[in-house]
Amino acid sequence: MAMPFYVAPEQMMKDRSDYARKGIARGKPVVALEYADGILFIADNPSTHLYKISEIYDRIAFAAVGKYSEFENLRIAGVRLADMRGYSYGREDVTAKSLANAYSQGLATIFTQEMKPYEVEILVAQVGERPEDNEMFHILYDGSVTDEDGFVAMAGEAEVLAEGLKGGYRPGMSLADALKLGVDVLSSQNGERLDASRIEAAVLDRTRRRRKFRRLDDQELNKLL
Amino acid sequence: MTDFGANPSFFDLVRGMGPEPLRGPAAGGGEPPAQLPPHGTTVVALRFDGGVVMAGDRRAVEGFAIADERMEKVFPADEHSVVGIAGVASQAIELVRLFQTELEHYEKVEGETLSLEGKANRLAQMIRGSMPLVMQGLVVVPIYGGFDTRRDEGRIFRYDAIGGRYEEADYNATGSGARDAKASLKKRWRAGIARQDAIEAAVESLLDASEADTATGGPDPVRGIYPSVHLVTAEGVDEVPAEEIRLAFEAVVARREDSS
Repeated sequence: MAMPFYVAPEQMMKDRSDYARKGIARGKPVVALEYADGILFIADNPSTHLYKISEIYDRIAFAAVGKYSEFENLRIAGVRLADMRGYSYGREDVTAKSLANAYSQGLATIFTQEMKPYEVEILVAQVGERPEDNEMFHILYDGSVTDEDGFVAMAGEAEVLAEGLKGGYRPGMSLADALKLGVDVLSSQNGERLDASRIEAAVLDRTRRRRKFRRLDDQELNKLL
Repeated sequence: MTDFGANPSFFDLVRGMGPEPLRGPAAGGGEPPAQLPPHGTTVVALRFDGGVVMAGDRRAVEGFAIADERMEKVFPADEHSVVGIAGVASQAIELVRLFQTELEHYEKVEGETLSLEGKANRLAQMIRGSMPLVMQGLVVVPIYGGFDTRRDEGRIFRYDAIGGRYEEADYNATGSGARDAKASLKKRWRAGIARQDAIEAAVESLLDASEADTATGGPDPVRGIYPSVHLVTAEGVDEVPAEEIRLAFEAVVARREDSS
């Protein structure tokens, strides 16, 4: 009878983590920053049709890095959960916190029970009535969640990106300033200046009516930059 | 391969959870309730040169009693379409909520909006889904109007109680006062009618319906209750402010006084 080799749980978790981290670090980065009217998301994304940033619900957006098939799965699950909640209860009862919890549970289960962990990191953000009510939840491949303030960077050399953002970030920045900072930081890692066609950007803008999510098209990006 | 790809339908998602969320309390056979629940009444829609105007009176009735004088019967379904409802109010409002969620859900999952044709078909399927309730006499008959951004024109769809879908070239009405409202629109509507004329024609048709049908509420200047009117154009859905409807109503009345 063939016996499986014994692998210490510590080793197994470490191997899985390393595998997921490597996959994520290879991906192109996404950054998010709070600005005067809400939250701005910027991705280094050459594709104009396959998005990394999307709308989940009225005040809530989703951004992800890593493997497309995996985070697309998570995104759709999030839209379903949010729409179902909003339909069963009320629109204001759909919150980023409950979504973040669901993602955290889901990713933690996948991390420990599936053949391979998901190679993704996601950000669930909710714009509040006032700047201090904004919420950003950063969820890792193993289900761990952190509650972020001001700015977030994911994938690529995320730590270097975060340092760059920290240097230039001020609370209450204008949209144009926040966009410039984000694109500068992404460009510094990329080696060459990112132009509008390489950038995917969207905002959660609290001044909008019900659905706060809005994409910034190339024309608007060029104007702001 | 039925599981292949993400299903962008919220309606299917809810239906998959069992019958409870979609059906009323008396679903699945049995007699119609002895006391009928509130009914919404007349909604009209007409095409004009920039899109579609849809208007509804504000009355709901319960048998011979007035249940509500400020009911809304026309709702934005998404950024480029509106749905008007006549029939059992609770069913109708739920249908609208489900339809609104359905369209938004599709848009978010797929990353683009459905075609107007697709939306109209989806509404027909959803009406068909509530067949058991129709058999009990709990009927909802919506009317759907939208701006078709691909064809660059407004379009109107009429439905029957069991999900038949019929496109209208000019105007239509649904609900208890529909016959009188249609007769009124027939006299005033012409191809390429302008925005202001279209609003007045809609308001007048509801006034005509209210004069012949007890279940249709007329404008009430004393309490400030006027029909609700929505416009759908290339720019999106706009609710016409009550003040503008009041002026349209006064213009209609003034014309009648002139001719009498």
